[in-house]
Amino acid sequence: MSAPIDDNHLHADPSIEGHYPHHEIPVTSAGATPMQRDPAVTIFEKGAPGRRAFYCPEPGVPARERHELLPAALRRREPARLPEVSEPELVRHYVRLSRRNFDLDSGFYPLGSCTMKHNPRLHERVAALPGHARLHPLQDPRRAQGALELMWNLERALGEIAGLPHVVLQPSAGSHGELAGVLLTRAYHESRGEQRTKVLTPDTAHGTNPATVTMAGYEVVKVGTNADGGVDVEDLRSKVDDQVACLMLTNPNTLGVFDANIEEIARLVHDVGATLYYDGANLNAVMGKSRPGDMGFDIVHYNLHKSFTQPHGGGGPGSGPIAVSGRIEPFVPRPVVTRAETPEGPVFDLEEDRPQSIGKLRGFQGNYGVFVRAYAYICSLGAEGLRDASETAVLNANYLLARLRELVGDALPLAFGERCMHEFVLSGAPMKKELGIRTLDLAKRLLDHGFHPPTVYFPLLVDEALLIEPTETETRETLDAFADAVAAIVAEAREDPQIALNAPYTTPVRRLDEAGAAKHPVIRQAL
Amino acid sequence: MADPSYPTDLLYHPEHDWARIDGDVATLGITWFAQDALGEVVFFDPPEVGATTTAGESYAEVESVKAVSDVIAPLSGEIVEVNATLGDGPEAINDDPYGAGWLVKVRLTDVSEKDALLDAATYEASL
Repeated sequence: MSAPIDDNHLHADPSIEGHYPHHEIPVTSAGATPMQRDPAVTIFEKGAPGRRAFYCPEPGVPARERHELLPAALRRREPARLPEVSEPELVRHYVRLSRRNFDLDSGFYPLGSCTMKHNPRLHERVAALPGHARLHPLQDPRRAQGALELMWNLERALGEIAGLPHVVLQPSAGSHGELAGVLLTRAYHESRGEQRTKVLTPDTAHGTNPATVTMAGYEVVKVGTNADGGVDVEDLRSKVDDQVACLMLTNPNTLGVFDANIEEIARLVHDVGATLYYDGANLNAVMGKSRPGDMGFDIVHYNLHKSFTQPHGGGGPGSGPIAVSGRIEPFVPRPVVTRAETPEGPVFDLEEDRPQSIGKLRGFQGNYGVFVRAYAYICSLGAEGLRDASETAVLNANYLLARLRELVGDALPLAFGERCMHEFVLSGAPMKKELGIRTLDLAKRLLDHGFHPPTVYFPLLVDEALLIEPTETETRETLDAFADAVAAIVAEAREDPQIALNAPYTTPVRRLDEAGAAKHPVIRQAL
Repeated sequence: MADPSYPTDLLYHPEHDWARIDGDVATLGITWFAQDALGEVVFFDPPEVGATTTAGESYAEVESVKAVSDVIAPLSGEIVEVNATLGDGPEAINDDPYGAGWLVKVRLTDVSEKDALLDAATYEASL
């Protein structure tokens, strides 16, 4: 059985991206959809014994038995149960999987705090050049001068953006950059003969901040939030003392609020000899507008995969370079890229002799392909273009916020303040109370409208939180379509909350058993 | 999931915890409101028997599909028993927050601390 739903909205203009192309969407939980009739089959359930996608040619050297090459302890007792499929089966399997996914290339992806901006194809082309893509990480630096020059130039550009003089590209993710930053803080204090025990984080912090602090061996102390959504300065004042090693801060924070008290905060932290750490997850709001170094931050991490465009979120590796002030520089991870002037021109090298360094954080120099894309982005936009990107990101967020307040402001009010930076947090608490649907139900129903849902239930201090980050690369038509979809879901819930409670209907799988997945995870396929 | 309820024989802490006092031993748990806000609970990380609780401070963690949250002690004392059935069945915290979903039993160090807690009507009015 299926009931009619508001078709006008869903299919107002099929040319606008994000609109689901189906003309009838069943709304009962019993309604099967075309995609669900196509059952999920793993690659292990396909194929037949002996079937191959590729047959190796006869080797040009004498074949040798396995037991001659590997000691018994390293050999499998039974052959691995690897899939045995033809090439068409293989290609179709992965194409089918990709179609069951939702990705940025097929629709709007306003996942707050993740900066899901478009990834220009030019970057892929540059990163795929053989000189970049095929460069071996063990190549002698004398034969990798171009790559080292690119890294050197990227370091300088990032340093200019952050307002700090020294950049290290090595960390492989934002959280990895955070760990580097807190280990640098520890090395700095130890070099002065101090053993501090605590690190402060606001209660709006990304979950990675307290996790990093714990991993680096410090105690987490939470600082409260004031009525404007910024750090509660009085609470901070009562918690800073000579046992505090560092304050980790995101500015603008996860509420999308720029903390106007940052100078006062920096002064309080520096007065007790602690370092001030900038979580760069939200750098997309302020590129070319304000610099963490100028605000008094000692250590900054960037998320190249967010602000500087990379396929990310299951689509590729991240990169979390750090920038530091002069007093932190002696401790940075090694090796460090160096540049020397010679009569033949500049010569680049990797310096391993760094006696005070905290050491290596990973093998080799980092995720080099990400550096190439980030550098391509910075070069193609330039200083003006980066500033434009941030301004447009903030404008887009405020436009979408204004549209949503106009359409559904009662059900989904803004959690803090009046305006936002590049993202904003709505509270679904009134919607839950009055309409009987939660933020999670709204998020699931958005999938039927062809949109990736925003971040839900973060930040934790907002009840039924919905964190929306549209980014600068979306058109006004897309922002309008998204706002209309949210309004349609709220209007629909006033009539019949069951529709949202049972959503989604059009996705390859319906509502997932999240509790079951957490309690009984199946994370390994036996081979 | 159970319907909203706030039994009148319990005392409540503003951080959404309840206490059932029997002599100098109190049974502690989280309220219907707390389990509803958390969503489906998937893990309860209990304290050790013999550990102490301090009123207003965290003594355990619950993990739901949304987040890991601290559980705040309404009263101070020593843990004398933890609800072992929650190891395999943490969903009892959702299904029966005041019954099978109890978390720990505590021998109180100062029974008069209960005077600072809220009755059901006052707690419910604060929600």
